[in-house]
Amino acid sequence: MEQSWRQAKSIFVTLISAPLFWLVAFFIVPMGIVWLYSFGENKGLIDIAFTGTWSNYAHAFDPLYLGIFAKSVLVAVVTTFFCLVLGFPVAMAITFAPDKAKSWLLLLIMLPFWTNLLVRTYALIAVLRTNGYVNGTYQFIWERTSGLMTLLGMQPLGDFHPAALLYNNFAVVFGLVFVNLPFMVLPLYSTLDRMDRSLLEASLDLGAGHIRTVWNVMVPLAGPGIMSGILITFIPSLGAYLTPDLLGGPDSQMIANVIESQFKRANNWPFGAALSFILVYMTFIGVALQGVIESRNKRRQA
Amino acid sequence: MSGNPIISFENITKRFGKTTAVDNVSLTINEGEFFSLLGPSGCGKTTLLRMLAGFEMPTEGRILIDGQDVSLTPPNHRPVNMVFQSYAVFPHMTVLDNVAYGLKMDGVAAAERRDRAEEALKLVQLAGYGPRKPDQLSGGQRQRVALARALVKKPRVLLLDEPLSALDAKLRDQMRSELTSLQQKVGITFIMVTHDQDEALAMATRCAVMNRGLLQQVATPSDLYEFPNSRFVADFIGSVNMFEGTLDVDEPDHAIINTAEAGPVYLDHGVTGGTGTTVWAAVRPEKIEMHKRTETPPKVDDAPEGYNVIAGVVKHMVYLGSETNYEVEIAGGKLIKVVRPNLTRWDQEDFELGEQVWVSFHACSPAVLLS
Amino acid sequence: MTEAVARSRKLPPAPLEYLRRWPIQLSVGAVLVFLYAPLITLMIFSFNDSKANVVWRGFTLKYYVRALHNDSLIQAFSNSMVIAFFSTVLSLILGAMAAIVLWRFRFPGKTVFDGALAIPIVVPEICMGVGMLVFFAKVLPWPQEMPWPLNLGNIIIAHVSFSFPFVAVVVRARLASFNREMEEAAKDLGASEFRALMDVVIPHIQPSLIAGALLAFTLSLDDFVITFFTAGPDTITFPVKVYSMVRFSVTPEVNAASTILIVVTVLLTFLALKFQGSQALTAGHGADDK
Repeated sequence: MEQSWRQAKSIFVTLISAPLFWLVAFFIVPMGIVWLYSFGENKGLIDIAFTGTWSNYAHAFDPLYLGIFAKSVLVAVVTTFFCLVLGFPVAMAITFAPDKAKSWLLLLIMLPFWTNLLVRTYALIAVLRTNGYVNGTYQFIWERTSGLMTLLGMQPLGDFHPAALLYNNFAVVFGLVFVNLPFMVLPLYSTLDRMDRSLLEASLDLGAGHIRTVWNVMVPLAGPGIMSGILITFIPSLGAYLTPDLLGGPDSQMIANVIESQFKRANNWPFGAALSFILVYMTFIGVALQGVIESRNKRRQA
Repeated sequence: MSGNPIISFENITKRFGKTTAVDNVSLTINEGEFFSLLGPSGCGKTTLLRMLAGFEMPTEGRILIDGQDVSLTPPNHRPVNMVFQSYAVFPHMTVLDNVAYGLKMDGVAAAERRDRAEEALKLVQLAGYGPRKPDQLSGGQRQRVALARALVKKPRVLLLDEPLSALDAKLRDQMRSELTSLQQKVGITFIMVTHDQDEALAMATRCAVMNRGLLQQVATPSDLYEFPNSRFVADFIGSVNMFEGTLDVDEPDHAIINTAEAGPVYLDHGVTGGTGTTVWAAVRPEKIEMHKRTETPPKVDDAPEGYNVIAGVVKHMVYLGSETNYEVEIAGGKLIKVVRPNLTRWDQEDFELGEQVWVSFHACSPAVLLS
Repeated sequence: MTEAVARSRKLPPAPLEYLRRWPIQLSVGAVLVFLYAPLITLMIFSFNDSKANVVWRGFTLKYYVRALHNDSLIQAFSNSMVIAFFSTVLSLILGAMAAIVLWRFRFPGKTVFDGALAIPIVVPEICMGVGMLVFFAKVLPWPQEMPWPLNLGNIIIAHVSFSFPFVAVVVRARLASFNREMEEAAKDLGASEFRALMDVVIPHIQPSLIAGALLAFTLSLDDFVITFFTAGPDTITFPVKVYSMVRFSVTPEVNAASTILIVVTVLLTFLALKFQGSQALTAGHGADDK
């Protein structure tokens, strides 16, 4: 049971002072300044005047930037979808694996998460580029098949054209799924592990096949875990910088790239600040949505 | 057991928001007693115990230990130690370190700590278990560690929160006798909280029965069983047959209650209560005799003809080896519980299902309850 | 004879033994290949004797030699290590304090504090990066001429700010499984509030402290975006350095540097887990926390 802070004042104050100070000084204050800047204007080369203007936010609604927002959301949605579809069977496999295999499998899935994001994204360049591994294998198969067909007296396949797998939206989605998949597996596994197995067994006992049991029983029961997983995957994908930067083409810019250019190149800090905060608001909406769905579910269960 | 009061609850009330968990309870516990707080879940007994230990503060009233007001003293400064329901044995320390922990807090030197801890382990029959870790012990063994840990500090009072509830039946019986003999050996006042009335009756020297925050009755086990002071206590302890009626005659040497279900009931003693008041006659199943149905009912003691006798039909029978339990249906549909010891090896065949019988009880058997 | 045959035949998969069914085995296998193939090929090709690094030409260690002699790379690597170390220590302390306070006490503004602590976790990194950039430009300009490692201070501060809430989450999860009666028992036996905390609560959360430290270290070592916005030209970290190398070209030297980073991270992870046992992974998930 919790106790009131008055009951152990000295311990309470000792414990809360440092985290509270740090949170305020090095997080709330910086974010607050950025928020203020989003209502400011450039004055001269370095100064920013706080004028309370909404022009920066209005600028964000230009069709150019709206388009980028929309594309970012679309990319994030597609990424989340693939992560869910690929991650769910993996989470199932880990949950129902024998104990020894369980920790190994979990470790295997989480290990890429512990390797550097930059390294992982960079590794994909070598895989996806024109003379990368995928295209290389593709070319190999193409040429061998062509040779085989000639051998069999058929028309050979035409010239080999490598697939454009890099520096486009496909690469960005591929890269985001690659990077975020372990994020999705963990909350899914967490929920599935806590689930009452006898519910699944009851479903099988009553005659449902595996696919129907998964679809009708496991997935709904894993609802909260799925929601967490979606949130943990969608938000970082939405605000991704590195992946679109390294793997994307000229038209694959996402919000984060635009924000970076405002700060580092265009020197339009107020506008960059406004864009950042729009991203923050979208994040809050996402979290609030998840909270609402979760509490509605809890109420329904109670 | 001296009549020396060691613990005193004076008008203790505890409220949590709008709910009153303990309602104006006043209670004295004497030194050397094995005292039990008994009642259904939610009756406030655990809250009372926790207030004694110091984990809750009373909203009103005072708690005195050895005459000192400890109501607001924090738990680590009270001469009271508790054995928790989950035992709360520290999983990251060895058994010996667990037992010695309280002594460490008192500033006792390491060597003396070790010796006294070993002694305490011997007391609970866990000698040599010192270097083991709690996860290597069974539930019953962990409980003994918790006991040793609390006793090593030689507290004035030892508190036990539902000590037997987590044990299986066989272990429970064993621990019952062990706890009572331990208490006698150590001589410390034990206060135990339980919802199991068999436990309380078997182990305690005095019990307090609580219901919904209120103290119902404080008495020895036999007094609680034979002389309950309310319908609640009569019903909570053991089983009982309850008959509602009006007190018609109240003389110093006898009384008559007119009940709807059992007919007229004759008592061989007077009752404190005005004539005409509604009372209840409570008769325990083992005090009811069964007779074959005859034309005239059997005569009971000095009671007039037909008093303390009811006609009925045997509806259920449960043979339990040493005794047989019967349920006899009387006019009006009420089922009377009768317990009949099997005195001879053929007693269980005396009555059959569906047989018509007379049930009777002595004039001294009913307990008259006014509430 | 038939008995021996029957005994050696494997039983078909039980209803819930999903791992033994081929569709699941296939998808798990595919995912593992998907996740590991790029990394493994990257590591293998770091030994490739070819500048263009397209086709395997021969085994060589020369790119490792080159990487190890690349002064700016070494500097960046040691910067990252130092930053990660200090960030971990501070995050652990702050995160554990925050977790205990939230678990233990009722106080005015608790929900606000709880919510504020969750923001650094949810908000996209770029927003935090922007915040740090602005903060260190306008509020607390960090002097560049400070001696090493003090000149890394601004990056350390930034890393701690986004790491310690994560540590708090991990520790709180473990605190939720704490049996309150343990603490009461300690107090009952004479321990003060402080002693009870140290003797009973802290040992209970020890696995989560290790998991939290591991998390904070990895988050710091791994971070690119926030560091990119906070770092000055003289304080480069390893990911930032690799980024600038990658922008130029895909050379085996970058592969070599990346492989070193992978190996270091994996080694650290294994060490920490070995020290902790596989408890760290399943702690807080299983129902067998006594």
